[in-house]
Amino acid sequence: MADKLQNLALRSAFLRAVRDFFYSAGFLEVETKVRIAAPAPEEYIEAVPSGEQFLRTSPELEMKCLLADGMQKIFQIGSCFRLGEFGRKHREEFTMLEFYAAKWDYLTLANFTASLVMETAQKLFGTTKVNFWGKSYDLGRATFITVDDAFKRYAGVSAFQADADGTFDERMVTKVEPELGKEGLTFLMDYPANRASLSKISEVDPRVARRWELYLGGVELANAFGELTDAAEQKERFQKSAAFRASQNMARYPEPEAFFAALDKGLPESSGCALGIDRLVMILCNADNIGDVRA
Amino acid sequence: MFSASDLKKGLKIQIDGAPWVITEFEFCKPGKGTALYRCRMKNMITGIGMEKTYRPTDKIDEPDIEEREMYYSYFDGNSYIFSDPNTFEEMSVAADVLGNKTYFLIEESLCNFVLFNGEPIDIALPTFIEKEITETEPGVRGDTATNVMKPAKIDNGYELQVPLFINQGDIIKIDTRTGAYAERVSKA
Repeated sequence: MADKLQNLALRSAFLRAVRDFFYSAGFLEVETKVRIAAPAPEEYIEAVPSGEQFLRTSPELEMKCLLADGMQKIFQIGSCFRLGEFGRKHREEFTMLEFYAAKWDYLTLANFTASLVMETAQKLFGTTKVNFWGKSYDLGRATFITVDDAFKRYAGVSAFQADADGTFDERMVTKVEPELGKEGLTFLMDYPANRASLSKISEVDPRVARRWELYLGGVELANAFGELTDAAEQKERFQKSAAFRASQNMARYPEPEAFFAALDKGLPESSGCALGIDRLVMILCNADNIGDVRA
Repeated sequence: MFSASDLKKGLKIQIDGAPWVITEFEFCKPGKGTALYRCRMKNMITGIGMEKTYRPTDKIDEPDIEEREMYYSYFDGNSYIFSDPNTFEEMSVAADVLGNKTYFLIEESLCNFVLFNGEPIDIALPTFIEKEITETEPGVRGDTATNVMKPAKIDNGYELQVPLFINQGDIIKIDTRTGAYAERVSKA
């Protein structure tokens, strides 16, 4: 119990430091609906039903509506819900930090996110060095590796090959992830194009998407996109994943009408990131389990 | 049949006709990817370990595992005969299933059986048994150190390491899980 209260005190200090960081960088804090009509139809994310509606799995679509309305730099900290996700690093209800900046590309966003982690840790501890699950890390260090390079190096196969033969997720979990973020932050860049999700395809190499994930100590902390702004392409991707969900007998969600309207109005060139607050606090507290840092 | 979401630490499953127990379990979900269930498991017969990752749609066989208490009755010259305390039904167990444990069987003592398809694959005896030392070098008076050991034998010929102060005729406790000396019960 004493440990948990200590963790919650550190969590509070961390959240305050996060808010300070965003306010200093000119971001506005927003709160979008937690109970929504239509979650994004993602292949492997299940929403918790709430009456005729759903609890949000992420605030992404609602925050993108604010971008289309003209907001430039926004962030939100709040609960999200994903059915059936439970483990040492998972809870069905968890706290997401989500932020978007118009005009930024995904590399600018990566550098900003590295600064966020480094500066908040420095503020809390007076150092960027932390111990987590028996190893030490420097949150002031950041390295970048592409998904394809990481697969070739750690799984002995190209990421495109793994994606094509259906072994991508398994190799990612068993071979690649454990090698990521061994000394500090690792940004895993440029996912194969058909794992683009809501990110845009690279102008330089159409085989990959402008998407990265952030790792520390093999733990995934954040996912980010150079946002797809093309309305037709985004609708087509949603149709494709909705069809996949139907083929797997997964829950059907209504069309996200407000988000489609925002796309039609015009989403600005922008980048956005979703960071798991509980995961990062678990690392900062060196907690054994994500449940130890949640009230 | 189990589905992948039933997997957890301690669950017993069957793979290619062999029983396995899950010793470590982790729910994984790589960014935007499918849920995966990572298991480290131990073969319940051979003790060999392995790792296996399951997908949400995987189905896993359930082994026919039964746990029951039996007491040890007698040795019939070939096999060790155990009896059910309620039904008195007898079960004969070959020596190789028991291994070293044959030295520690005591008549009428209750043992915990793990049966796979009705055949015993693990038999836990009472954790400690008391035995008399029948053979060892004379003890060293006043030497109460327990980290210096010497060989000794018990009545049925089983040999183990005991502290220097143990003498022939002393009664000692043996841990049946490891076959090792635990403590002295009484002096000769």
